[in-house]
Amino acid sequence: MMGALEAKNISFGYDRKRKVLDDVSISVGAGERVALVGPSGCGKSTLCKVLAGHLEPWSGEVTLDGEALFGRDAGQGTGFEPWRGPGHGHRPCPVQLIYQHPEKAVNPRRKLGKTLTEAYVPGEDVLRALGIEPAWSNRYPAELSGGELQRFCIARALAPGVEFIVADEISTMLDVVTQAQIWQALIRICEVRHIGLVAVTHSPELAARISTRVVELLA
Amino acid sequence: MNNILEVKDFSLAFAMYDGVFHRRMLNVITNLNITVGEGEMVAVAGSSGSGKSLLAHGIMGILPQNAVTGGSVLWRGQPMTPKLLKKIRGRALAFVPQSVTYLDPLIRVGRQITRDKGKLGELISRYHLKPEVARLYPHELSGGMTRRIMICAALAGSPELVVADEPTPGLSRHLAEHAMKHFREMADAGAGVLLVTHDIELAIRFADRIAVFYGGTTVETADAADFVNGDGRYPNGRDGGDGAGVGQVTGDSQDAGGDGAGAGSEPDGTGRRQGDGVGLRHPYSKALWAAMPQNGFVPTPGVQPYAGDLPAGCLYAPRCPMRTQACDVAPEPRPLRGGVVSCHHAV
Repeated sequence: MMGALEAKNISFGYDRKRKVLDDVSISVGAGERVALVGPSGCGKSTLCKVLAGHLEPWSGEVTLDGEALFGRDAGQGTGFEPWRGPGHGHRPCPVQLIYQHPEKAVNPRRKLGKTLTEAYVPGEDVLRALGIEPAWSNRYPAELSGGELQRFCIARALAPGVEFIVADEISTMLDVVTQAQIWQALIRICEVRHIGLVAVTHSPELAARISTRVVELLA
Repeated sequence: MNNILEVKDFSLAFAMYDGVFHRRMLNVITNLNITVGEGEMVAVAGSSGSGKSLLAHGIMGILPQNAVTGGSVLWRGQPMTPKLLKKIRGRALAFVPQSVTYLDPLIRVGRQITRDKGKLGELISRYHLKPEVARLYPHELSGGMTRRIMICAALAGSPELVVADEPTPGLSRHLAEHAMKHFREMADAGAGVLLVTHDIELAIRFADRIAVFYGGTTVETADAADFVNGDGRYPNGRDGGDGAGVGQVTGDSQDAGGDGAGAGSEPDGTGRRQGDGVGLRHPYSKALWAAMPQNGFVPTPGVQPYAGDLPAGCLYAPRCPMRTQACDVAPEPRPLRGGVVSCHHAV
């Protein structure tokens, strides 16, 4: 059931007057790694949120292997459902978004061990590959650095059945050693599990290292 | 050259509570030294969580209540008292905060930059923002726009020292360089710039000196040119490390750059100053250099020690390839080849 992740003719704006995305389409093959680049404010983060079902587009749709990933049930009036593909409600969405600021993506009042197992229990191998020390699970987010928190956010997103990772500038706030560690680990996991990747970055050098194709979003 | 800012043996600890009664101190910065002179741009680079932002907050006097500081901060030779700080902050001393949440959510961003209409228009257009952006509220801006607004707000006065805490994440390469050129211009006009950044590539290209932080202390202070290569000459073209699978993206077309030390701070934007990084002294600085995407993308294993659980000797020893018994004793900073390094084995 592995297939391409496609966004077709997506339009979106945060208010009725200004469109942020105007008829944007992008297609990412299974296991493909695409770097998404473009000027500041052109809608890269917005497109990421639409791809992962965190925002409902005004028009257009996001499909995985040809089937709509998100949407509304016409008759039932349930509103926008993030992730309504096969098995929804029982397994995590196959498209997972990792945010730029890990400290904003974890519950500050919860120890990280609990945050880590929100969706599934990551295996020893994933934790080791990402360099997560067992002792960290007993700490609160404020007691870890951004790089350490981001490792948890990545591990949390790699649930079984996940086919695409959308990474919105996940290493911008990290030092280059941590950046290299995290990306090398994530790319290795993606290759082994045949997970596709959409990565936003402002660095052409990083894009060249992590991606197999570069897509530019115009303002 | 007169020093605008001098930070001597600075230390910072947080009072933490285990339970209700048991108070302990968490030392996050120890023995940190840095100076910024007139006309100088000093970059502070280093690992995430090494205390870079805390240093900036310490200088600005905006640390949380439970922080306890030691050592001294001098402003033009005078101790930085709360009274002096109140007088210069926002005027002679400007701050570009790291977090995009520092703007007032209820005031239009134009008002937050300056009330001087002419100056506002000039700054806004300088950072390629549309004039109508000034009428927006902070939540209506993208990450990169917010970043630019905060830079504009800091540079609206005529500061003698700018403390910029991570001013470039979320900005495109072009805009980031634009901002760095602006900082560089201010330094060339006699102001001091203290730039806290992870973006070591920009730091190398625009700063005069780079202080490398690890685990809350300075491990090395080096001329930016040392990150280029040993003799301070610019390489002709670029060294792509192992280069495996790397497309040559930009900046390859420059001719042989300037020749030699002294030209080290020219932000001419013509080429990328990259070589083999052999001028660096400390093993962590070398690891930083080797981890840059354009230099090999080498991930040095291990993590920075937690502030509550620091090793007794050298903080970098657990990850260091050169570790020996001597490293059980914390190294003192010592001068080496024109820089300062805290390592027993650096040569």
